[in-house]
Amino acid sequence: MRDVAVIGTGMTKWGELWEKSLRDLYVETALLAIDDAGVDHIDSMYVGSMSSGIFVGQEHIASLLADYLGYAPVPSTRVETACASGGLALRLGFMEVASGMSDIVLVSGVEKMTDVGGDEATYALGTAADQEYECYHGITFPGLYALIAVAHMNKYGTTREQLAEVAVKNHRNGSKNPLAQFPFEVTVEDVINSVKIADPLRILDCSPITDGAAAAIICPVEMAKKLNKPVVKVIGSGHATDAIALSQRKDMTWLEATYRAGKSAYEMAQKKPKDIDVFEVHDCFTIAELCVMEALGIVEKGKSGEAVEKGRTAIDGDIPVNPSGGLKSKGHPVGATGIAQAVEIVEQLRGESEERQVKGARVGLTQNMGGSGASTVVHIFERE
Amino acid sequence: MEGIVGYGAYIPRNRIKVEEIAKVWGADAPSYKKGLMLEEKSVPSPDQDTITMAVEASKNALKRAKIDPIDIGAVYIGSESHPYAVKPSGTILAEALGATPEVHTADFEFACKAGTEGMFVALNLVKTGVVKYGLGVGADTSQGAPGDALEYSAAAGAAAFIFGREKVVAEVLDTYSYMTDTPDFWRREYEYYPQHGGRFTGEPAYFKHILGAAKGMLKKAGMEPQDFSYVVFHQPNGKFPLKAGKRLGFSKQQIEPGWLVNKLGNTYSGSSPMGLTATFDIAKPGDHILLVSYGSGAGSDAFILKVTSRIEEVRNLAPLTRSILDHNKNYLEYGEYAKFREKIRKAD
Repeated sequence: MRDVAVIGTGMTKWGELWEKSLRDLYVETALLAIDDAGVDHIDSMYVGSMSSGIFVGQEHIASLLADYLGYAPVPSTRVETACASGGLALRLGFMEVASGMSDIVLVSGVEKMTDVGGDEATYALGTAADQEYECYHGITFPGLYALIAVAHMNKYGTTREQLAEVAVKNHRNGSKNPLAQFPFEVTVEDVINSVKIADPLRILDCSPITDGAAAAIICPVEMAKKLNKPVVKVIGSGHATDAIALSQRKDMTWLEATYRAGKSAYEMAQKKPKDIDVFEVHDCFTIAELCVMEALGIVEKGKSGEAVEKGRTAIDGDIPVNPSGGLKSKGHPVGATGIAQAVEIVEQLRGESEERQVKGARVGLTQNMGGSGASTVVHIFERE
Repeated sequence: MEGIVGYGAYIPRNRIKVEEIAKVWGADAPSYKKGLMLEEKSVPSPDQDTITMAVEASKNALKRAKIDPIDIGAVYIGSESHPYAVKPSGTILAEALGATPEVHTADFEFACKAGTEGMFVALNLVKTGVVKYGLGVGADTSQGAPGDALEYSAAAGAAAFIFGREKVVAEVLDTYSYMTDTPDFWRREYEYYPQHGGRFTGEPAYFKHILGAAKGMLKKAGMEPQDFSYVVFHQPNGKFPLKAGKRLGFSKQQIEPGWLVNKLGNTYSGSSPMGLTATFDIAKPGDHILLVSYGSGAGSDAFILKVTSRIEEVRNLAPLTRSILDHNKNYLEYGEYAKFREKIRKAD
């Protein structure tokens, strides 16, 4: 296997982008990554997108986007594994470069979610749960994560305030991110008193509906070294699955796929959780960030709420989580999220994150998750 | 100078509270009250419609104008709930007021902007000398599908304005219109209830056009927000007009007199015109007022008005808008409301 590096990233302002279509969002962002890498061609591309068919009525977007980007006839592949589609696009691109089949690969993600109303968007997102055993009985994603939250509170004594602290910390980080959808701060009281969505989750516990795209260019490390830029290597990649229905899992508070994907990535990278300087994880709901921290071994089981409350996961804490603002503040265009996490980590390791910079960060980890945790992709990056 | 010689409003006495609607749909009333700043809304009785309310409001305008209705040369009603698909509302109104037969009438439709359209045309016919007096009315028995967010706001009411050249209570100094094709809210023929684009109705629709029209009007007139005593915006909910005002640099004090929506609801074509009547009710001679309507589809009309000393002579000749809003209320339960609004379909 060849060593792989990220040599270019691209991301534009996320939000409710009424004036931009799926292809606008995509092309604008992919060109930024290509420019940042300074390459004159790409050999192949991967696009993560969860549900362009429902959101904008368009399938077959791998070819559409290659064409609009001006790179047809390069091979282009759409990747779908719910909200982890972006992370998986990165993993497949990584495998293609590592295997020697291609040198320069564009890995990307996009979702245009606001062309449909709230009900349709909820339906589209719901297709990531088990239709027959979950959705047909009336549950939606906030409901599933609310069940996880209640289970975590009962089992470990996690408090309502500790959940709120996740949103408070992520909004504080996002307020320093010019590309974030909601770049403002909130307080614990704001979160607890915000509109109830699915008890105990309030609207400020939930990530938003977002239009956005993210892109990165990867290539062999040997090629990257010639470009006279900080070389950020992809040193670990893990991917795992679990029962898609929450009721089929042994412990609702435990994300087995995240644990397994993390284990694979740690082993490949020859790193342990304590070796990681900065984490970008999938906080689609505040409770998700807590469960992910435990499954990745960042903290012990049941200790995540306390860690957040004590400020350990803040940018200047000992285990910084989601300096970008996370899905909560930065936004969550589902297919793009996994790539955006990588964009943040690459910037952090390059030392380009300005106000959000985790000081001295050399090793970073991304964790991108689909559904209520039935698919997870983890990557570990290291600056050479 | 041309302007308004008489104005009047009408609100049905029935009300329903946000809690009563939320209870039926299992919705969270406090979040509607906080998020949309709505408390209750007006509901028409079974025998009331756009035309009956237009007649009531126009009669109040006539009382203040103190003119012979036969001198009204143009009668325009703007509404998105004209009782007939084919057959004018305006003829019934003109007949009821005694303005027929030498009169031009037309029914306008432009979602919630239809009221100010009628006013715009009536004003300009007076300006060009085609008619002596012109009547513009905004009236609606607004539709909102059961359980939809619109059901908490869709209300009933009317406002009427008679335009003329002499003895005006407010001069119309200038107007400005701003529109684009923006499909944020619509109702197709044979459909009972409108559909809307959710959050798309906010930034790219309401705010783009309200702010566009207000800024264009201020620039055209060479005026600033502080030159106005009051400002009235279209009021689809409580929050939007306050937010629009803040973004333009108007204070809450400038907006509040015409901000009726928390207790009235959104009377669609009647919304900003009714806010203007409530503002006239407390305005002093010399006050400048900015009115900006909004209609989905989408567009805004802006008017700059300057109140004259005549306002104090005519103000109390008809009921004040806030007095109609605050008195003689009859609270409905959801069942009665559903019957009144013909949400229950009976067998023939």
